Amino acid sequence: MKTYAYYPGCSLETMAASYHVSAVEVADRLGVELVEIEDWNCCGATAYSHVDELLAQVLCARNLALAEKEERLELVAPCSGCFKNLYFANDHMLDDPDLMEHMNFALEADELSYSGSVTVHHLMDMFATEIGIDVIAARVTDPLTGVKVAPYYGCQMTRPRKKGETLQDVEGPTTFEDLLSAIGATPVDYPHRMRCCGASLIATNRPAALSMLRDLLQDAVSAGADVIATSCPLCQINLEVYQAEVNRELDTDFSMPIIYFTQLMGLALGAKPKKLGIGREIVKVAPILECRSREARTPVG
Amino acid sequence: MLPATTLTPHFKAEVMNLLYMGEGAPPNLCVHCAICSAACPAVEFMDHSPRQLLAMINAGMKDEVLASNTFWTCSSCFACSERCPQGIHPAQIMYALKRYSLWHSRYPEGLIGPDFSRRFVKTILRNGKSYEPGYAPAFIWEGGFSGLLHEVQGAMKLLAKGRLPLIPSKIKRVKRFREMIGRIIPLDGIS
Repeated sequence: MKTYAYYPGCSLETMAASYHVSAVEVADRLGVELVEIEDWNCCGATAYSHVDELLAQVLCARNLALAEKEERLELVAPCSGCFKNLYFANDHMLDDPDLMEHMNFALEADELSYSGSVTVHHLMDMFATEIGIDVIAARVTDPLTGVKVAPYYGCQMTRPRKKGETLQDVEGPTTFEDLLSAIGATPVDYPHRMRCCGASLIATNRPAALSMLRDLLQDAVSAGADVIATSCPLCQINLEVYQAEVNRELDTDFSMPIIYFTQLMGLALGAKPKKLGIGREIVKVAPILECRSREARTPVG
Repeated sequence: MLPATTLTPHFKAEVMNLLYMGEGAPPNLCVHCAICSAACPAVEFMDHSPRQLLAMINAGMKDEVLASNTFWTCSSCFACSERCPQGIHPAQIMYALKRYSLWHSRYPEGLIGPDFSRRFVKTILRNGKSYEPGYAPAFIWEGGFSGLLHEVQGAMKLLAKGRLPLIPSKIKRVKRFREMIGRIIPLDGIS
C-alpha cells in the first residue's frame, strides 16, 4: 500500500473533522494510506504572512522537515490554505539556498533539518493524478446518478500559479468536474466556481464576506445545483455555517448543502454516510442522499 | 495634485523591500489596465481599488496608503496576481502593506484585521496550532449585542455537532518549537 505523509491542518481536527474522516476513508478504499505527520504544527494560514514572511516560512519548513524525517516524501494536504503555504514554502527553499540555510539554522533548535526532498500535493490532486480518475471510476459501486453538484474550487488550490503551469491549469481546470463525473454525479457549470468565498474576511470584514458568499450561493442556485462540493475547510465553513447569516443579513433564502468532495467520493465508493462524517452538517445533506436513492430506484433505460 | 510635502517618493522602494519571498514585478510597471480591480471579489468594500492603491504607492502617497482599508480587505484569493499582464503580484503587495502597517502600528481606526492577525500569530506561537474560538474577541463585539447573540447561536450549533473544540490543541514539542521560532523572531512578550 502506497503511503503518504498526511498533513491534516488545524481545521480538520475540529470544525472540518468530517473532511478528515472522509479523506482517510476514501484513501483507504482506493488502496493508499495517509499517515499523519507526527507532531505537525499550524501552517500559518494567511495571518502569518501578515506579520512576518520568515516566520510563515519556518512554520511550513518544520512540517516539511518532519515528513522528510519520517521518509515519506509525498506530502498530502486536504486544506487549500495549508497546501498553498507548504507548496510555496518548499518552492522558496528549493530556489534559494540562503533561505534553506536560514530555515535549517532555526530547525536545528528542534533537532530537525530539511534537504528539500518532499513533494507537496493537494488531496484532490493526489486522488486525480496520483491514483487517477479512471481508477476511481472503476471502483465506483454506488454512482451519484442524477445529483447535480457545483464544484467549488475556491482560490488557493489553484492560485497562485505554480512554475510550469499553463493558463489553462490556473484559469480553466477541470479536475473537480472530472472527478465528479467519475463518481456518476453531474457537475454543473457556474461562473463563480473559482471566485473567493471571503476566507478570513468572515472574521475581519463581515459585510464583505457575506456579500461574497451570497454571490457564490446565488450562482450555484441559478445553475441548478443540488449541492456545492468543496475542497477546503474554510470554504465549507463559510458557505455552510454562515449561510444562515447571509439569509438574515441579505434577505435571501438559501438552504444549500455544502459537502466535501471526499464525502461524495466515499458515498460513490460504497462507504456508510456515518463513516464519512455525514450527519454533522448544519444545512442537511439528506436531500442529496434521497435524490440519489430516488434515482437509483428509477430503472435505467 | 497633492502638495509635495505630503509625498514620500521612496515609498515604492520601501514596499518592494518588504517582499523578500513574495515574487512579482515592481509596482511602477503598472500600466493601469485595472484588471486587478476587475478580478478582485472584495473591491466594492475597499476604500481604493487595487489599481488605485498601486498608483498611490507609485506616487509616494504613503500616508494615504496606510490610511486605506484596501489591503486589510484583501482575502488573499490571488485573482489579481494571476491576471496582471505586467507580472505584478498585487496580493503579495497587500501582504507587504499589512506587515508594514502592523510593525509601525499604523492602521485606520475600527479595523478588525490587525488585531485578528496578532491574536492568530500569538495563539500559534503559544500552542503550535490554531484555535478558532480564541480569535473571537477580535471581532465578536463588532455586531453589538445582537451580533454577539448570533455568533453564540452559531457556535452552539457547531458545538452540538461536535465541531467546536472547548480547549485549544497543542503540539507535543512546544518548547523546542518556540526555540525554533526564537531563531527567527524575538519572542519577548508572548507567553
